[in-house]
Order: sequence, then C-alpha cells, then structure tokens
Amino acid sequence: MTDSTTSTVGTSRVKRGLAEMLKGGVIMDVVTADQAKIAEDAGAVAVMALERVPADIRAQGGVARMSDPDLIAGIVEAVSIPVMAKARIGHFVEAQVLQSLGVDYIDESEVLSPADYTNHIDKWQFTVPFVCGATNLGEALRRLTEGAAMIRSKGEAGTGDVSEATRHMRQISGEIAALASKKPDELYVAAKELQAPYELVAEVAAAGKLPVVLFTAGGVATPADAAMMMQLGADGVFVGSGIFKSGDPAKRAAAIVKATTFFDDPAVIAEASRGLGEAMVGINVADVPAPHRLAERGW
Amino acid sequence: MVTIGAKPVVGVLALQGDFREHLAVLAELGAKGVPVRRPSELDEVDGLIIPGGESTVMDKLSRAFGLADPLKQRIADGLPVYGTCAGLILLADTVLDAIDGQQTVGGLDVAVRRNAFGNQLDSFETDLEVDGFDGPPVHAAFIRAPVVERMGEGVTPLASLEDGRVVAVRQGNLLGTSFHPEITGELRFHRAFLDTVAAA
Repeated sequence: MTDSTTSTVGTSRVKRGLAEMLKGGVIMDVVTADQAKIAEDAGAVAVMALERVPADIRAQGGVARMSDPDLIAGIVEAVSIPVMAKARIGHFVEAQVLQSLGVDYIDESEVLSPADYTNHIDKWQFTVPFVCGATNLGEALRRLTEGAAMIRSKGEAGTGDVSEATRHMRQISGEIAALASKKPDELYVAAKELQAPYELVAEVAAAGKLPVVLFTAGGVATPADAAMMMQLGADGVFVGSGIFKSGDPAKRAAAIVKATTFFDDPAVIAEASRGLGEAMVGINVADVPAPHRLAERGW
Repeated sequence: MVTIGAKPVVGVLALQGDFREHLAVLAELGAKGVPVRRPSELDEVDGLIIPGGESTVMDKLSRAFGLADPLKQRIADGLPVYGTCAGLILLADTVLDAIDGQQTVGGLDVAVRRNAFGNQLDSFETDLEVDGFDGPPVHAAFIRAPVVERMGEGVTPLASLEDGRVVAVRQGNLLGTSFHPEITGELRFHRAFLDTVAAA
C-alpha cells in the first residue's frame, strides 16, 4: 500500500518525540539489571543506567564515569522500557560508545565528572537523542543549541533535598514567563543576556514554553516531592538515589509513579505515601560545600 | 460530523504519555476533549483516545485506579476508541514481547509486537498511503513503535510499510495506529475517529 518512500532515522522529531512519550512518567536511576527490572515492574517509564547512584558518588568521591558496557548491555537486555545512560559532560567518545550499545537516550550529566570544562558534546552528530541538565533558561537554550532533545532541571543530585530542584524549576519557568512578556524589540538583548541564539529565544518567547520536554531531577525522594515538581510545571520526574537508597525501593517507586500521575490530587498522594518505610537519609544542600555541588558543573 | 449543541465528549486517557498533544488536536478540530484518569471521568465520554506513552505504565495505572475493567465493559458496549502507539498496544487482544504480567484492555482482534523496530536508534519518519484518505500521504513518526503481526477476520488493515507490516487498523468502532498523527500535524485520523464517535 505504500509508494516507494524513504525512511529517516535520528530526526529532531523522533528524538524530541520519544521524550514527549515519557511525559507524566518517572525515570529511575539503576546500577544493575536487577534494579532495572524492579523499576520496570514498579511502573518506571524509563530507566537511567549509571555506575553509582549520585548519593554514592557523593559519599565515595573519585572520578565518576560512564557505566561498564557489560552492565549497560545487561540492563538493555533485562527491560523493554527505554534505557538511558549517562555520559560525562563533553565526553563525546563515551557518548559514541553508549550509542553503539543501543541505549535509547544519553544523559550528558553533571552527576559524572566533567571531561571538558569548556565544551559540551556536539549532540547533532548523533542518531541517539540527548537529555541535558539546566539550572536556568539560558543554560537550557545553550544545550538545545548543541542538539539536546530534552531538558531536565538539575536540582542537587544525591542529596534527597528537593530545594534545588524547586529553585531550578521556578527559575526556568519564571524566566520563560518573563521572556514571553517581552516586546519583539526587546528579544535581541534578551538573547544576549541569555547567551543563546536569537531565533531560539524568539521561539520560546512566542510559544511561552521550551520547544522540548522539561523534566525535573535532583533530590526527589518522596511521592509528595514528585507531585510538587509536577505542580511547578515539570513534564515528568527523574528519581536518582531516592528509590534504591530507601527502605523499600519497589514500593516507593510505585508510589512515586502514582503521585506523578495524580500530582494534583492530595488524597491520592496521601494514600500513595502511606507505609513506604524509610526514605533515603539524605543531606541538606546547605551543608554541601560549594565545590561539591554538582549543579554548578555545566555552563 | 460533530455539531454544535450536541457535541460529543471525547476523552483522552491521561495517566501518562502525550495526552496533551491529542487534546490539542481535538481542540483544533473543534471537538470537546477532556482528560480521563478516573472511572467517573470515563463514564462521561462518548469516545476515548489512548495516547502514546509507555504501555506497561498505562496498564499498571489503569488497573491500580480502577479504569481497566469499566473501560473493557464500555468497549464491549461499543465505545469508540482510538489508540496511538502504546494506545494500540492497550487495545490489542494479544501483546508479543510484553513484560511479565502485562495486560491489555483489548477489543481489537490483533496481536501486536512491542518495540517491533528495535530501540530508539531505529525510530523513524516516513510517508504512508492510508486507505480511504484523500490528499497527500500521511507523514508518520514511528517512535519505538509496535506493529500488528496478526489480525482476526474482522480487522481491516488501513496502512502498511513497504515490507508489508501493518501499522494502522480498524475494527468496528476501534482504530489503532503504530505511529503518532498527534505530533506531526496530521488531522485525518482524528477527523475519521470523530466521525465514528458522532455516528456511534
């Protein structure tokens, strides 16, 4: 029934499109195939493969890198939901390796040790889509300029303290609202101040939103945390250490999934929050000295 | 066609996925679209769209919040339902490559294979000829998409890829596509579905 036509892979539409399909869902950090299976069974919309969860990276220190390919391949094999994996900021060869392993999304992540303190990865060169962190609108737009197909607010990973996630979500949505209220002749200076291309700035000003999906991340540990991020305008939630550093990961994961879907229904959030056992102990962001704050990586 | 005054209400299952895009298409067509997350909301609709997203998540949430059984009953009673991608999987009587314990609401006498093209690297865009559509081919986005591998006698294939794999089907009041008209500005599937809703 089809005419002779060509198919195209790796287009912006299919890259951004996969993120659209993840909306309203929870993406969970996993370090083993067993954890990935638990996450899938609990209702994760995707899993994020990494070497150590952020809380352990923070506790153990040292250079944090892309996961072992055997672990990533094992996770890809274990689950049928999308698999994301983290590459270091600027480490385009880790990204090439992850693409060759068949992951569905690459997170160029400040949670790992940066490999380049000047340049991020040129993400247009890849068929696989990328998600990148941002603390403000300018940072988000610079990542989009480099080819990111999805943005997540950074928060402060591995803390279990949601305050930075809150700050970054309010920052990004506040800046978008301010941009949308500007007159056309004010957008040139806005582009200069945001350090982003004028065309992209004008597009966001006209639409009143980013042209890609905006998830939140960093410090989400409870169903109420996830629901609060959704009420602040996130399209979905990444949960890192919050699940597998808690007392009952499967139950907590399923509860966060329910609270993300019914983020505006306190009765459902209350019900989901019952009897989850211990949350991750966590660390207050205020107690983390500035050089150890992951959100400050990336520029 | 849909008329003002007796406007049918079209629900979009809003548990997870790209339900906002479907609501936007319905608004563009002048239809009344509402999100559906609860059984009481399902009771109010004259038709339902199941969006793209993750079928395993929609399955779990639809059962956890008591939507799956009433939806099965409404489908048995003739409710028009259109499923895109994950929505097609939820409408299929049989799912191949399902996870352990994955269920569907069913109704479409088809076997659908999840992630039939592989991982995201194999997601693609292409043009499709669709039976019964006038105008240019449908520009379709396949994102970790399923395909229809087997069909019962009552199922009509509407579109196939060059290799013959079926990617759009209709059976009575049920419509399913492997791809996402809601993200490519393609209105004809929704228009056809609204006609079905109006006639039901």
